[in-house]
Amino acid sequence: MQHKLARQFFYDMTLARQFEQAAAEQYTQGKIGGFLHLYPGEEAVAVGSLHAAEAGDYVVSTYREHVHAMVWGVSPSAVMAELFGRATGCSGGYGGSMHLYDVSRRFLGGYAIVGETFAIAAGVGYWLRLNDSTHIVICYFGDGAANQGTFHETLNMASLWKLPVLFVCENNRYQIGTEIHRHSAVPDIYRHASAYGIDGRQVDGMDVVAVYEATRSAVQHVRSGNGPYLIECETYRYRGHSMADSGAYRSALELAELRARDPLALFRERALTQEWLNESDCQEVEKAVEGVVVDAVRFADESPPPTDLSKDVYAVPLDLYGGRP
Amino acid sequence: MTRQRNDDVGSIGTARSAPELEVWQALNIALDRAMERDSAVFILGEDVGLFGGSYRVTQGLFAKYGEWRVRDTPISENSFVGIGVGAALAGGRPVVEIMTVNFALLALDSIINMAAKMRYMSGGQMQVPLVVRMPGGVAKQLGAQHSQRLEHTLLNVPGLRIVTPATPQDSYWQLSQAIVADDPIIVLEHELLYFTKGPFDADALPPPMHAAAIRREGSDVTLIAWHRMVSFSMDAAAKLSDSGIEAEVIDLRSLRPVDLPLLRESVSKTHRAIVVEEDCRFGGVGAEIAASLNEAAYRDLVSPVLRLAASDVPTPYNAELERASIPGIKDIIRVV
Ligand SMILES: Cc1ncc(C[n+]2csc(CCOP(=O)(O)OP(=O)(O)O)c2C)c(N)n1
Ligand SMILES: [Mg+2]
Repeated sequence: MQHKLARQFFYDMTLARQFEQAAAEQYTQGKIGGFLHLYPGEEAVAVGSLHAAEAGDYVVSTYREHVHAMVWGVSPSAVMAELFGRATGCSGGYGGSMHLYDVSRRFLGGYAIVGETFAIAAGVGYWLRLNDSTHIVICYFGDGAANQGTFHETLNMASLWKLPVLFVCENNRYQIGTEIHRHSAVPDIYRHASAYGIDGRQVDGMDVVAVYEATRSAVQHVRSGNGPYLIECETYRYRGHSMADSGAYRSALELAELRARDPLALFRERALTQEWLNESDCQEVEKAVEGVVVDAVRFADESPPPTDLSKDVYAVPLDLYGGRP
Repeated sequence: MTRQRNDDVGSIGTARSAPELEVWQALNIALDRAMERDSAVFILGEDVGLFGGSYRVTQGLFAKYGEWRVRDTPISENSFVGIGVGAALAGGRPVVEIMTVNFALLALDSIINMAAKMRYMSGGQMQVPLVVRMPGGVAKQLGAQHSQRLEHTLLNVPGLRIVTPATPQDSYWQLSQAIVADDPIIVLEHELLYFTKGPFDADALPPPMHAAAIRREGSDVTLIAWHRMVSFSMDAAAKLSDSGIEAEVIDLRSLRPVDLPLLRESVSKTHRAIVVEEDCRFGGVGAEIAASLNEAAYRDLVSPVLRLAASDVPTPYNAELERASIPGIKDIIRVV
């Protein structure tokens, strides 16, 4: 692996880890409200898969999407400011943690209702296909979302019409507190794809290189007009489901086992052994990221709030009691 | 479900010299013209393509524009409306047909949680130029699950607009306007109006999409209605006229927003108003209109705005009971 790409992976995973840590602290201090779903443990999924896509491709994600937004180019400051509910946030302070958008980068969210990403992605894919575009859509979803009707409805249509959608399952084994064997009769999520004539595979979601390589070939499959593909990344979240959850339903043994497979630590070690990076490269990245995160928090804190309650409900302001326009 | 013809409706704007068309034909022309004008417009729905639409509205378009622009979908309402939302976010102008409003209940996540909120949630970065067309209303003995009206469910969702065309001309105008608008718009059609006739002029200049229309002028009472209740109100007004009462009949045409200025103007003349509603009474559109008009025009009113609405029951199958469950011409006359 090239030094440049290794550094990028390491940078993005370090940023993901530190950013979420900072978000948790800011939440505890009352600077961030609402639901806050964090990503530690799952970094290899977003980082590995998004680096296999190209600018111009679309990304559709869930409510656990801070990292996807940042890897796809949204600045950490704009994401943090959105968590703070500020006008400088990537959704102007109107969206919040679960609704990050950046249309200029084709980052389309940010959906808080489990299972919504499927149809949105297929709709974008339909539009791309209708226009003979070579771009594709990457659609993230959790293991729990695979039980939603929209998963099955959309896989059927995406396959039927050969839509350019890459479905990426972030299988972290839990739907809040319900472990996958208690919520799914077919817990290997990739196997669901075959019911709709879609190819799929499972990959170690704690290994960023494996995710990257699997996604690269999947992207090629989708981009070449072969229709959708499904990658299931087996991963784990170290924190609770959201800041409101301690995660106490999981055994200490399970947690320790998965902590030993920390995707960030593993990649750091491997990069050093393989000499993709040296120790000083790593420290330099860690230091740079620390600065970026501190700046993001400061930027968010110093940013003004949005003030206009009723803008952007409609294309032009609408008087519901029908003053003639 | 079968295609239904209806011949007991229909005194709205009947036979003048202009050519006459049926509502479904006017909708069909609106779609055809919009698709010709703008390649971003495409249609999605069950049996809209090869079959030509359950009420013929998309007839001929599949042959003309091909399967990518007139897409037959599986029975997956929530997801194919969601596909419409996604395509709209990416730059398309999808027109989604839901076979009837009853099935839209399976698509409320896409309509309410997504389409209506994306512009606001994204701080104005995104827009959803989506049209969802669907027929509702009490038709002919379709039973409780196929006879609903969905006005009440969609009425108080910020981000949505709802239009209710009742004539061929309005069907053409309002669907055309909805397609070029940049917001998600619900076009509620009525199952028993598709095969009713009316004058049609494709080149006439349309009023604003949400403007209400005075269908009959009168000085004694204002009847406020939409969809099929407009023609009932017209028939009632004709009978009332025989006994010396002149009712003004207003076709709302749009439920969100609602043309309150026109209603106020009318009651400033008539001093009395009744909302005639095919949907159930409790918590319905009539409640909103009566309350707003009472608040806005209390000085002009000699009595509070009344509501005549459907009974608060699931729609029965039996034809007599079914007819009794919604307002009829006699009920309107009685309440006046
Ligand atoms: C339709 C719907 N039902 C329930 C919820 C509440 N909820 C939020 S996240 C979640 C679990 C989702 O699990 P999964 O898809 O595995 O994603 P993860 O949170 O593990 O990333 C639930 C039940 C919701 N947001 N939407
Ligand atoms: Mg999960």
